Amino acid sequence: MIRIFIKELNGFLDSLIGYAVIVVFLVVIGLLMWVFPETAVLNYGFADMETLFSLGPYVFIFLVPAVTMRSFAEERKMGTLEWLLTKPLSEGKIVIGKFLAAVFLVAIALAPTWTYYFSLYQLGNPPGNIDTSGVIGSYLGLILLGGVFCALGILASSLVTNQIVSFMLAAFMCFFFYSGFESVSQLITDGGIALWVKQLGMRYHYESMSRGLIDSRDVMYFLSVGSVLLLSTKTILSSRSW
Amino acid sequence: MSIHVSRLTKIYGKQHAVKDISFTVEAGEIVGFLGPNGAGKSTTMKIITGFLPPTLGTVTVAGKDVVQEPMFVKGITGYLGEHNPLYHDMYVVEYLDFAGSVYGIHRTVRKQRIKEMIGLCGLGEEQNKKIGQLSKGYRQRVGLAQALIHDPAVLVLDEPTSGLDPNQLVEIRKLIRTVSKNKTVLFSSHILQEVEALCDRVIVINRGIIVADDRMETLLGRGNRFLVVEFANELGEETLMEADGVEAVTRIDRTKFRIKAKADIDIRPAIARFAVERNLSLIELKQEESSLESVFSQLTQEADNISAI
Repeated sequence: MIRIFIKELNGFLDSLIGYAVIVVFLVVIGLLMWVFPETAVLNYGFADMETLFSLGPYVFIFLVPAVTMRSFAEERKMGTLEWLLTKPLSEGKIVIGKFLAAVFLVAIALAPTWTYYFSLYQLGNPPGNIDTSGVIGSYLGLILLGGVFCALGILASSLVTNQIVSFMLAAFMCFFFYSGFESVSQLITDGGIALWVKQLGMRYHYESMSRGLIDSRDVMYFLSVGSVLLLSTKTILSSRSW
Repeated sequence: MSIHVSRLTKIYGKQHAVKDISFTVEAGEIVGFLGPNGAGKSTTMKIITGFLPPTLGTVTVAGKDVVQEPMFVKGITGYLGEHNPLYHDMYVVEYLDFAGSVYGIHRTVRKQRIKEMIGLCGLGEEQNKKIGQLSKGYRQRVGLAQALIHDPAVLVLDEPTSGLDPNQLVEIRKLIRTVSKNKTVLFSSHILQEVEALCDRVIVINRGIIVADDRMETLLGRGNRFLVVEFANELGEETLMEADGVEAVTRIDRTKFRIKAKADIDIRPAIARFAVERNLSLIELKQEESSLESVFSQLTQEADNISAI
């Protein structure tokens, strides 16, 4: 597993994908957070990181599929997946190695935004007037969200051999899982069913965590969705029906 | 460390790629797996290496079932796949290191093994290049180097020499011969000279069925024998037909003929006697070596005829 993890990470850094993802993420978030008047904290007047946490998932919807689109699609196309599967590595370990490498890259891209917290901490009036627990909950939520997006992207990548198709499929699935369920729920008139459908989506759980209350149900939601996706990927690999 | 294939069948959808084949490769043996394209060679090899599951039947390597104990079998097997898949954006050394680490070779031992493999496979000058920059011949060497990195007891090579130029061909063959000492080797090819040069035994497969599984010499002995004879004077084919043991005569030119012998007998003495009796001056009498080509085409065509019926 660790071998696959290292190999994948080297792959990201060799092929520039890794750097591109980190740079694009930080530039986009930095501009939205500090420069663009509609969303910039400085114009807004409140010392909070709402911009990062509400727009971050949408940036992830485009960036995470770019990280994972190669994952299995490329290996299948080049035939190296066959090579990997004739080595003494279990399918599960291959999937998890690739998954962890993608999550690690996303976490690295996210890490420098911690400096925003310290800046805003000082900008508050009085200094330190910031919802720290909300920030911690949001970061945890964002990482979990990124993780599920990675799992979705890897699943999409295991379904097709074309990277572009893999990217689009993953972006669509991420979008649908994030806010699609919520939009669908608005079409439903029955309140009970509507809430149930809304709770299937990631946004409901992500926003709940953003309030700073880390509810085990929300964490379990992300962990179980992620596990199911990874397990599906492993099943697809094991079936060899591609 | 023998390979034992027993009643193996593989069905893709409705197509039978391999139909109920059984064979054994004994420990230390080099066996050539021969057949036209699409005969089921690669499928069989993919099943042996644990990439594809068999539809029916079993494969054991060193006594362990491939389906039940895939990790053990994969750990002792070196495999060079059909199209030699490689990571093109990895450096040669990096790739070999990754291949070694996957087999759980310790880092210090791995370094040593990589050095040995680079020496053995003649990768010295190219070792600092990316795999994508290498020529086909060198990629093939990298493929062999990764298959050998963990000093496997069993080696499965799927068309290791396809697409190489004649010089590279000779070198890769030499390499295979060097490394296959003390290993069990199953290697597929559709180049007959190669199998002739490398193998102790040949398994011929056609349309998913084994049509021959024999030692090289026996297999070569199976073809009909041909004689080429030349006389000083002109004569007709029908005269030659009168000699003992002659089945057919074809004229090559005015004085030269190719004679097909009946079954498995050496008719050279009979021809010599015949020439003396008829007062013909014989100036050439030569037995044509039966080549693997003729045996091969005979075998595969026979099989086709049977399946056509």
